[in-house]
Amino acid sequence: MSTATLELDIPAGSPVITVRRFVQAPPQLVFEVLTQCRHLRRWWGPRRLELAVCEIDLRVGGGYRMVHRDADGSEFAFRGEYRELDPPHRLVQTFVYEGAPDDQALETTTLEPVPGGTVMVGTSLFSSVEARDAQVASGMEGGMRESYERLDELVAGLAATAG
Amino acid sequence: MDSAAVLDRTFAALADPTRRAIVARLAYGEAGVLELAEPFAMSQPAVSKHLKVLESAGLIQRRRDAQRRLCRLAPERLKLVSDWAGGYREFWEESFSRLDDYLDDLQSQDDRHDPTRPDMSPKER
Repeated sequence: MSTATLELDIPAGSPVITVRRFVQAPPQLVFEVLTQCRHLRRWWGPRRLELAVCEIDLRVGGGYRMVHRDADGSEFAFRGEYRELDPPHRLVQTFVYEGAPDDQALETTTLEPVPGGTVMVGTSLFSSVEARDAQVASGMEGGMRESYERLDELVAGLAATAG
Repeated sequence: MDSAAVLDRTFAALADPTRRAIVARLAYGEAGVLELAEPFAMSQPAVSKHLKVLESAGLIQRRRDAQRRLCRLAPERLKLVSDWAGGYREFWEESFSRLDDYLDDLQSQDDRHDPTRPDMSPKER
């Protein structure tokens, strides 16, 4: 499916990130995998992170909390509250990375039925561009650290061949 | 400057299409101001202004070589941007790739009416 590429829009001047992706399943099922722990454990986040804690109270005004844990035991915790639930079309929730609890984002996910599946569009609205950058950078710290480690290995490998 | 402030300044510098084009050109190697001005319907002072913004954002470095003023990319700053966006992209790329596999599993189980998935009966789908 040619549409199954991740489109990531991080505009320079506005505190927004948009993630857009085709998935090969009907909206009803996509809504379920987005809102149920037993599904989220199986896919949300990179493979090297375990979804160690997942608590979901799926109702407007209800909350959720999730904790990713890496092999070293480092934890990345997120929580928020459901603001709008319109299955299988739309989901609005707040999102807070517990490492930066003062910066709350508002996440809107829409599911659009298309032939063969669903186009999922997730928009995160942050309180400011600074908050967006800080929160995303810290929330994705694990992934970036891994990238640096890989870079370190690569550089070490190159140095060894050169020497 | 902390990394958030650095990112702000870098993104602001890259928010302009002319400056992005200049950065793209410099990815191929060092160039003089005249060379950089050539593809744009723009005076040399106007281009110099853009170069100043890129320089103060740490995206390019300038040096003088005899009569020419040469510009080149300062790749560390671009690496910061690409790491920042790359971490986020990596997170979602991998999540979605796992989701593809998982949905595949779920739906093939569903085709066989697997009794362990009671909440995904055909009626609900």
